[in-house]
Amino acid sequence: MTATAASSPASSVVTTHGLTKRFGQVLAVDDIDLDVRAGDRYGFLGPNGSGKTTTLRMILGLVHATRGHIEVLGQPVPRRSKAALADVGALVEGPAAYGHLSARANLSLMDAAGPGGGLRTRRRRIDAALEQVGLAGVGRRPVKQYSLGMRQRLGLAGALLRTPRLLILDEPTNGLDPQGIREVRDLLIELNQAGTTVFLSSHLLAEVEQLCTRVGIVDRGRLVRQGHLAELRAPTGRVAVRTPDAGRAVALLDGRVEDRLDDLLLVRTDDAAALNAALVGGGVRVVEIGPERRTLEDVVLEVTSAGSDRIGSDRIGSDRIGAPQRSPR
Amino acid sequence: MIGVELIKLLRRPRTWVSVLLLVALPTIVAVFLALTEIGPRPGEGPALLSAVLSNGQLFPAAALAIVLPLFLPVAVAVVAGDSIAGEASAGTLRYLLARPVGRTRLVVAKLVAVIAFILIAVVAVALSAYVVGTNLFGSEPLTSVSGRSVNTADATRRTVYAVLYIGWSMLGVAAVALFLSTLTDSSLGAALGALSVLVTSQVLVALDAAAAVRPYLPTRYWLAFVDFFRDPILWRDIERGIALQAVYVGVLLAMTWANFTTKDITS
Repeated sequence: MTATAASSPASSVVTTHGLTKRFGQVLAVDDIDLDVRAGDRYGFLGPNGSGKTTTLRMILGLVHATRGHIEVLGQPVPRRSKAALADVGALVEGPAAYGHLSARANLSLMDAAGPGGGLRTRRRRIDAALEQVGLAGVGRRPVKQYSLGMRQRLGLAGALLRTPRLLILDEPTNGLDPQGIREVRDLLIELNQAGTTVFLSSHLLAEVEQLCTRVGIVDRGRLVRQGHLAELRAPTGRVAVRTPDAGRAVALLDGRVEDRLDDLLLVRTDDAAALNAALVGGGVRVVEIGPERRTLEDVVLEVTSAGSDRIGSDRIGSDRIGAPQRSPR
Repeated sequence: MIGVELIKLLRRPRTWVSVLLLVALPTIVAVFLALTEIGPRPGEGPALLSAVLSNGQLFPAAALAIVLPLFLPVAVAVVAGDSIAGEASAGTLRYLLARPVGRTRLVVAKLVAVIAFILIAVVAVALSAYVVGTNLFGSEPLTSVSGRSVNTADATRRTVYAVLYIGWSMLGVAAVALFLSTLTDSSLGAALGALSVLVTSQVLVALDAAAAVRPYLPTRYWLAFVDFFRDPILWRDIERGIALQAVYVGVLLAMTWANFTTKDITS
């Protein structure tokens, strides 16, 4: 049963049903039904304190759910964490390592600590992982001398060490420069095309937009949207036209212009080509024309509220707040 | 996993610095004694020290008595207090558990590493003190505290007993620190908590008004190891000490396990 589920291409890699976590009075995660499928590059989005990290921690068996059911790679968590997580590489809330040891010593210890890390292949796997994340020449320096970006790369190397079937990455590009972000994005796409499912959380929407195929958006502990990125960003049924003859265009289109911002017009129509022909035929010069698509930012801002790190006077008296903020490490 | 924890312990500079400090204190005491030949009078100062001047082979036991009240428990509390809380504050705990390492396995591995540290520390003190003692004070036949002489094999056997007994007493300290280490993410907090338990216990042991609770205090029978050097060995307090520590260790380890295996790891 498990084997067939895992081998069929559209099978679920991470599913949660009614996943709920309450920390005292605070409802951090509220009835979340996640569905991450094999082959996805799944982006898990939401404001700070919306419950992303708590959800990831429950999936990794670190935090016990108050209610609900989790399955990772066909195995229930935390009941069968050992079987479920052996094929998972994770980066949660920033990388961590023993500061007085080198990158290789750190990876070696972590590899030896759990299942699936064979001694004979260890050296080769460590070298390969360091190479993948761009730390091949790192040498014997202790990790405490590393920059933030190097630590992040080391954390990624730890997640990649056993070529996992599922990568769970919390803010994987944190601390990296634009070049590094690009490298990590290319690496994740490459791994994904080789069959690894990538489940990442981020609040960098541009990054998710460029990387992910499916997204789930959480707000105040609830999953408010889940679906293919392309669907969420479907055309809005309007066409954006940029023209120096905006006044003439408005007159010509007679009420179909729904919004105007200087020389940018938003016209209600599904057919940009026909609109273009009409405008040009009417003597309106067109600089740019195309269907209006919502950016991921539009979608996210539409369905979420301010993050829990924003403590304004308007929030006083709010009966529900997000999870308590933890200091980054 | 146990191997990993032992490697971590042995590759940590702090382990060896604390062992070195533990060895240094009795050595300094020995040097002063040998230079001045002014020993504490019987019944004063650390146990057994008064007998050392004439009797170098007794120095391992005297050295253990020197580090036992404070130095050794501090070192043990620091190591044990750091074992879970240190991983938590470094952030490595979440990676170990997500690796995945079972929580029970992790606690057991940590406990084994702490026991290894205790043994390394106690044996290092005893061995170095044997070398220092026999060189500075000569090695006449050991005279027991009761006045009869004993041969070297017998003296070694008694010293090994003392080492094991003190190690067992230190396991009680370690169990307190390990439990606190699962309660907090601050290794310093866990170590201080364990030490405050010890200091309280030591104060109450010396307080006549607290005589009613004295037999149940964790440090009550620590110094009973001196009885190994009586002739014949006086087992009464030693047995009580072993039993009392067993209760403390058992209860605290059970609490450690219960707390850690059900805890939300939010560090």
